[in-house]
Amino acid sequence: MNQPIQALLILIFLIAISKVFMRYRSEDLSLKETVVWILFWVLAGVVVIQPNLTARVAEMLGVGRGADVVVYISLVVLFFIVFRLVIKIEKLNREITKVIREKALK
Amino acid sequence: MVLVVIPAYNEKLRVGRVIRGLFEHGYKDVLVVDDGSKDDTALEAEKAGAKVIKHEINRGQGAALETGDAYARNVGAEIVIHFDADGQFNPLDIEPALKLMRDKNVDLVFGSRFLDSRSKIPWQKKYLILPAARWINFVFTGITLSDAHNGFRILSKKALSKVVFLHDRMAHNTEILKIVKKNNLTYAESPVEVTYLNYGQGLSGGFRIILDLIIASFTK
Repeated sequence: MNQPIQALLILIFLIAISKVFMRYRSEDLSLKETVVWILFWVLAGVVVIQPNLTARVAEMLGVGRGADVVVYISLVVLFFIVFRLVIKIEKLNREITKVIREKALK
Repeated sequence: MVLVVIPAYNEKLRVGRVIRGLFEHGYKDVLVVDDGSKDDTALEAEKAGAKVIKHEINRGQGAALETGDAYARNVGAEIVIHFDADGQFNPLDIEPALKLMRDKNVDLVFGSRFLDSRSKIPWQKKYLILPAARWINFVFTGITLSDAHNGFRILSKKALSKVVFLHDRMAHNTEILKIVKKNNLTYAESPVEVTYLNYGQGLSGGFRIILDLIIASFTK
């Protein structure tokens, strides 16, 4: 670890992990969600401390640079999360409408 | 019982006249679904003599129509007429449409602006938006009508039992065709006059509908 950006990112990840813990304690997150989120941030930390790891993955996948692999994977994951959110919001909307309708018909 | 269902959102200036027009033409069962209006729509509708039920918050025209249909199912209505609250339809068009429904023995009647020349349709709608909307209806449902997204409809009891809108906003116009196709409901088109008091849905509304249809195709 020799670049300031690494220290900064690690600090941010540690704060994120502490937030995950706090939300687990206040029962906003289930045990499974907590484990997944902590694994996620730990993995992000590993990538920051050992950037060469991503270079090796990049080589394996046939992508030029390690940083590119991270960006590609992030984009796919983000797209997937947004997609899930859109569907979830649509379902919530339908639930809300159902409740409003039942109240209107009473 | 012939029930006229009027979804209304912020229409206090027009809804009263629409209701009185319906009463004058002999339609005595008029239900206004106030879709969480911020103005006195519900009050004006009640004053005019309609039965009013209210959405506590705005849920969209499709949601309001479905609430009206649910009410109609509860009271055992024989026929339901969907009618707009903004005064763009002519109550005189109902009787011929009802007659067509009886004569042809169909489950649904859709109003169309294109079967006669009474409606003065803005040219962008006539030549661009509505042809595109008809095409989208065809792509999503395989049904082509002479008009698209016309809020005037008549549903028989059978149609009423099958047509359940899940789309809260404006995509219900495409959704109803999907339901017609799926349940092999029979339908006919009857001419209606549309008076353009305000422009209604433009192009961005159209894109919103397409987006709604695509999202819904992933939702159950």
